[in-house]
Amino acid sequence: MIEISHVNKWYGPSFQVLKDCTTSVAKGEVVVVCGPSGSGKSTLIKCVNALEPFQEGQIILDGIKVNDPKTDLPKLRARVGMVFQHFELFPHLRIIENLCLAQEKVLGRSHDEAVAKGDKLLERVGLTVHANKYPAELSGGQQQRVAIARALAMDPIAMLFDEPTSALDPEMISEVLDVMVDLAHEGMTMMVVTHEMGFASKVAHRVIFMDKGEIVEDALKTDFFGSPRSERAQKFLSKILSH
Amino acid sequence: MNYNWNWHIFFEPNPTGAGTYLDMLVAGLLLTIKTALLAWVIALIFGTIIGILRSLPSRTASWIGFCYVEFFRNMPLLVQLFLWFFVLPELLPRAAGLWLKQLPNAPFWTAAIGVGLFMSARVAVQLAAGIGSLPRGQKNAATALGLTTAQGYRYVLLPMAFRIILPPLTSEFLNTIKNTSVAITIGLIELTGQARAMQEFSFQVFEAFTAATVMYLAINIVVVTGMRFLERSLAIPGYITGK
Amino acid sequence: MFDNLDFDVIRRSLPYLFLDGMSFTLMLTGLSALGGLIFGTLIALMRLSGYRLLGRVAGLYVDFMRSLPLVLVIFWFYFLVPYIGQWLTGASRPIRVGAFTSSLVTFIMFEAAYFSEIMRAGIQSISKGQPAAASALGLTYSQSMRYIVLPQAFRNMLPVLLTQTIVLFQDTSLVYVLSIPDFLGAASKVAQRDGRLVEMYLFAAAVYFVISCVASYGVRRLQARIAIVR
Repeated sequence: MIEISHVNKWYGPSFQVLKDCTTSVAKGEVVVVCGPSGSGKSTLIKCVNALEPFQEGQIILDGIKVNDPKTDLPKLRARVGMVFQHFELFPHLRIIENLCLAQEKVLGRSHDEAVAKGDKLLERVGLTVHANKYPAELSGGQQQRVAIARALAMDPIAMLFDEPTSALDPEMISEVLDVMVDLAHEGMTMMVVTHEMGFASKVAHRVIFMDKGEIVEDALKTDFFGSPRSERAQKFLSKILSH
Repeated sequence: MNYNWNWHIFFEPNPTGAGTYLDMLVAGLLLTIKTALLAWVIALIFGTIIGILRSLPSRTASWIGFCYVEFFRNMPLLVQLFLWFFVLPELLPRAAGLWLKQLPNAPFWTAAIGVGLFMSARVAVQLAAGIGSLPRGQKNAATALGLTTAQGYRYVLLPMAFRIILPPLTSEFLNTIKNTSVAITIGLIELTGQARAMQEFSFQVFEAFTAATVMYLAINIVVVTGMRFLERSLAIPGYITGK
Repeated sequence: MFDNLDFDVIRRSLPYLFLDGMSFTLMLTGLSALGGLIFGTLIALMRLSGYRLLGRVAGLYVDFMRSLPLVLVIFWFYFLVPYIGQWLTGASRPIRVGAFTSSLVTFIMFEAAYFSEIMRAGIQSISKGQPAAASALGLTYSQSMRYIVLPQAFRNMLPVLLTQTIVLFQDTSLVYVLSIPDFLGAASKVAQRDGRLVEMYLFAAAVYFVISCVASYGVRRLQARIAIVR
């Protein structure tokens, strides 16, 4: 589904953020990407739907080359859902309008169709009563669930999560993770940048560990938590699991 | 465009018999600068007083400051000039009014005072904001050292506040220069007025206005460069304005 | 000192002052604000487009307009608009343009420079995540601008835009230099016809003052309300 091969990315002439990254995500697979801050994991996931350009290598998404200038990026992006660290709901639109906008403008669905779909997804994330509120009236956890619903409204073939819980207060993290676990169980293809190792050990198939722009470890979940091969991954794990 | 350009017009004698058209424009330029400088001095003096009033804790003081600013901000400059020029002499006692009307250079003094007071309201707003942006501790520290309120303003608050608002003051000074052209309506033949006069005498509209435009652009460049130099020489090391 | 003043002249000329003068002023203010906002937004988009040349041209236009006194710009366009009209229509000689059209073109072009700076600040104040989220949903650049970025920029900047419109309202009085009967022009015409300068100019000042005061009070209220919502 997602094929990343030999991707190199520089900021400016000298600072390399991604070094020869190669990995893949198969259909129905859940892959967790972790690593210390500044390791390039967020950058990598943003390259997948071309929110970030990269200079070398290639990424193929469902058979379409992302970094081909001929690719219709808006069309491609519409097929992959993305959830951001800071939710990025549109503050000037009501919750239901947040869910409908892209359905109507990008997919060309009728307003009624979009609202019906939006209502169904709001019910799924348990926020039906908030449909007519504005984003700022919701808690962080609720906003992030709306953001997930907004992405799902596009009927995506895969979902990208960029640190979906790291801007949340601790008591709100689980409500968001629960939605994500359900999604995983339904067989959604997911690439998740997160520090939530509990989530990783529960639903991930594979874990990728990045450091300084490199993919240091790319292993099955059991192997990764059992005996990481690299020293850096061991160090990282001991740091975040010790609490 | 069927318009007869004649760039030599500047070197032809003007109808007043004293010099060329270029001399006319240069005289206008000098009058613009003279008027603007006097207006700016007035704006700074009154603006500082009112700005300080607005920043004082006393309700009466800030109310006076508020009324002053509202008075000068809510009438068109043109109307204000009319009030000073046509209305004020009639409302004064006969003798005083007569003296005012017979003042030589009445348009010049009216323009300088009228534009100066108009701009003083804007200087006051900037200064009050500048004082307000200083950390509260500064005022307390000055008081704790035994400085009177006046000394605190003179030696502690104003020197910092003026440095902070130097960039907006630059644009207010430029506005002062531009606003002197409104005095064309009370018979001040400054740069715009001379360009208009040249157009009426010579029918070379676009040459006249082009020359005036170039002169205004030149004034802008000189002022901006000068203020940047001033900013740099007044900059305090380690403080944001030192950039 | 008010002995020999005749304030009845105001009452007698009220219909002319308001039906002719003030309606001209308000119409010019409203249409110029609208046109200035549209062109200003386009200029702001050009400056932020990332195309070096486009941005430079837009930037030069803004700096140029902001360096010149409005009175000079009014004169410029008064003489230039007939030639522009000729060029646009392909007529054989400069076309005659009415006072209103000429002033409208002037104020739209002039205010566009100021409105563009406001909209630019508004667009830049929107966090980068918003357009990113929009494109992640598949919205194109223009859709993202139209539905996500510009509405928010406009809303955030509404108080500043309205304040600028109040300034514009006052600035329209400068069409006086072309002897156009806007509100001040009408007042001045009556003043000179009846020799009642004091009464008419005091009245004109009061009218501008009241309208501007009420409008800026409204803007302050709006600002307070927006501050609470955020």
